[in-house]
Amino acid sequence: MHDETIERKAQHYWRANLRTVAICLVIWFLVSYGAGILFVDALNTIQIAGFPLGFWFAQQGSIIVFVLLIVFYAWRMNQIDRQHDVHER
Amino acid sequence: MDLKTLTYIVVGATFALYIGIAIWSRAATTGEFYVAGKGVNPIANGMATGADWMSAASFISMAGLIAFLGYGGSVYLMGWTGGYVLLAMLLAPYLRKYGKFTVPEFIGDRYYSSAARVVAVICLIFISFVYVAGQMRGVGIVFSRFLEVSIGTGLIVGMAIVFIYAVLGGMKGITYTQVAQYLVLITAYIVPAVFISFQLTGNPVPPLGLGSQVEGGGYLLEELNGIVTELGFAAYTEGGKSTIDILAITAALMVGTAGLPHVIVRFFTVPTVRDARSSAGWALFFIALLYLTAPAVGAMARYNLTATVQTGPVGAAEANLAYENRPEWMKRWEQTGLLKFEDKNNDGRIQYYNSDRMDDAREQQLGWAGNELTVDRDILVLANPEIARLPNWVIALVAAGGIAAALSTAAGLLLVISSSISHDLMKSTFAKGITERQELMAGRIAAAGAILIAGYLGYNPPGFVAEVVAFAFGLAASSLFPAIMMGIFSKRVNREGAIAGMLTGLFFTLGYIVYFKGIFIDPIGKNTAENWLFGISPEGIGFVGMILNFVVAMIVSRVTAAPPREIQELVDFIRSPRGAAAAIEH
Repeated sequence: MHDETIERKAQHYWRANLRTVAICLVIWFLVSYGAGILFVDALNTIQIAGFPLGFWFAQQGSIIVFVLLIVFYAWRMNQIDRQHDVHER
Repeated sequence: MDLKTLTYIVVGATFALYIGIAIWSRAATTGEFYVAGKGVNPIANGMATGADWMSAASFISMAGLIAFLGYGGSVYLMGWTGGYVLLAMLLAPYLRKYGKFTVPEFIGDRYYSSAARVVAVICLIFISFVYVAGQMRGVGIVFSRFLEVSIGTGLIVGMAIVFIYAVLGGMKGITYTQVAQYLVLITAYIVPAVFISFQLTGNPVPPLGLGSQVEGGGYLLEELNGIVTELGFAAYTEGGKSTIDILAITAALMVGTAGLPHVIVRFFTVPTVRDARSSAGWALFFIALLYLTAPAVGAMARYNLTATVQTGPVGAAEANLAYENRPEWMKRWEQTGLLKFEDKNNDGRIQYYNSDRMDDAREQQLGWAGNELTVDRDILVLANPEIARLPNWVIALVAAGGIAAALSTAAGLLLVISSSISHDLMKSTFAKGITERQELMAGRIAAAGAILIAGYLGYNPPGFVAEVVAFAFGLAASSLFPAIMMGIFSKRVNREGAIAGMLTGLFFTLGYIVYFKGIFIDPIGKNTAENWLFGISPEGIGFVGMILNFVVAMIVSRVTAAPPREIQELVDFIRSPRGAAAAIEH
C-alpha cells in the first residue's frame, strides 16, 4: 500500500516533467525547423528593419529563443520538483 | 611594434596564464582528474563548457562558412545551439543524478553489460578523434600564419601545450583554464566585430549592425544581395542547400551536440541536479554571445572582401582591384597558400565572381575569363581584422582567441579519450586490479598517445575544419545520443537493443561518410547531390543514422527479454532529483 502511493507520486512527477519538456520542444521545433527552414521563404516576404524575417529566425531568432527556453525549463522544473517533494535538500 | 612581435607577446601571455592555472590546480585524485571533484559553480561551469565546446570550428571556420554560404550557413548556427535545449531537457539532469565519471560507464550500468560499455567506448573514440582532427587543422592554420612557422612546427608546439595542461592538470585544471580561455576567445571574437560593425553601419552592436544600413547606402543585407547576385553568386539571404539537406544537417548537428561525450561529461561536474539544468542555460548563454555575433561577422566579411576586390560598378574596368595595388593582408595570406590569385585574362586586375552561374555572353562582354581569386573559407575570421584595417593588437588578440578555442576543445576531447580508456576499458573491464595511482598514470599515457595521433590527423586533414567537425557530430547523433536518451526515458529498452542500435547507427553513418569523403582511403562514390540517399549530404546523414538507431533498438528490445528489476529501479532513481549529492559518493 505504502509502496503504491510512492510509485503513484513518482509517476505524477514524471508526467509533469514530460509535459514541460514536450511544450518546450514544440517551441524549439517551431522556431528553428519551422520559422528558420520550412517556412523561411514565406517569412522572408516580411521585412523588419534590414532583416528578412525567415533569415532572421534562422540566424538570430532561434538562438535567442533557445536560451529563453532553457531558462524557463530550469525555473519550471525547480517549481515542479518542490510541488512533488522530490527537490534536493 | 610589428605584428609578429605583438602576436608572440599576446599569445605567450595567454599561454602563461593557462599553464599557471593548470599547475595551481593540479589534480590529486582520480575524482579530480576526471570531473573536478564535482564542485564547480554553474556559471564557471557554463563558461568552461562554452570554451570546451566552441572549438576551432566555431571560432575560425564558422563565420567563414556563413560568409560564403549565406542563408545555408544557418545550419551551423541553429545546429550548434539548438542541441543545448536537448541536452538540458533530455540528458544533463539525469546523468548528473546518476553521478558517475564517464558516458560509457552510464551506458554499461544502464544496459547491465560490459559489452555495451565497450561499444560505447568505441563510439566515443571514433567521435573524439574525428573532432580532434578538426581542431588540429585549426591550430595549424593559426600558427602557420601568425608565427610564420610551418604547419608542422606549429602543430608540435600546440601538442606540447595541450599535453602540459590536459595531462598534468586533468579536469579541474581544465575547468579553470577553460574559464580563462572562454574570456580570451569571446573578447577576441567580439572586439573586432564591434569595430567592423561600427565602421560599416555606424552601429557598434554586431547583431543589430547586420540589420542596419551601410554608410551612404541601403540595408547591409540588401546591398550584399545586390552585389553578389550581380557577380553570379546565390543571393546571400536565400538558397545554398536543398531544404531536406538543411533539415537533416541541422538535426544531425543538434542531436550530435547533445551526444558529444566531452560536453556531456561537463554536467557531471556540478554539485546538484538543479545546477545541471542551470549550467546548461549558462553554457548556451555564453555560447550565444559568439553565435549571435557570427552571422554579422560573416556578412560583413563577405561585404568587405567583395568591396575590396570590386571597388566600383561591375563592368567598369578600373572597378576591379589592380593586382599590384592589393592590400598587405592579401600578400601575407598568399604566403600561406590559403589565398591565391591567377590572372586568367591577363589584365593585371582581380576578378572575383562565380563564372558557373554568370551568362557566357555577359562574361565575354566584360572580358572576364573565369574567377581569379580563391580564398580558403577557414582564413576569413583571422583575416577579418586585417581586411578592416584594425590595429595590430586586435589581430594579435584574434590569433590568441583562435588558439584558445582550438586548444581548449582539444584538451577536453583528450580528457574523455584518456578517461574512457583508463577508467572504462582498464579499471572496470580488462584490468580490474589496478590501483588509483596506476589508473591515473594509464590515463596520462592514453592522453599522450591520443595527442600524437591527433597531431598526425591534423597534419593530414580530410576537409574544412567545420566540415570535419560536422562528421563527428553525425557520429555522436547516430550512436551515443539515442542509447543515453532511451536509457532514461524507456524502461523497456534492454542490453541487446542498445548494443544493436549503437552499432547500426555508428557503422551506417561512418560507412556513408567514408563512402563519399574517404577518410584514410579514397572516396568510393562521387560526392554530389544525385548520389546521396534521399538527397542528404554526408554532413547530415547522422540524422538518418539516429533514426535507424532508435528503430533497431526498439525492435530488438521488443523481441528479447525485458531488463531486470533492479535496472528498472535504477531508471526510477535517476528520474528523481532528490539524493543527487549522495550519488557522487560511490
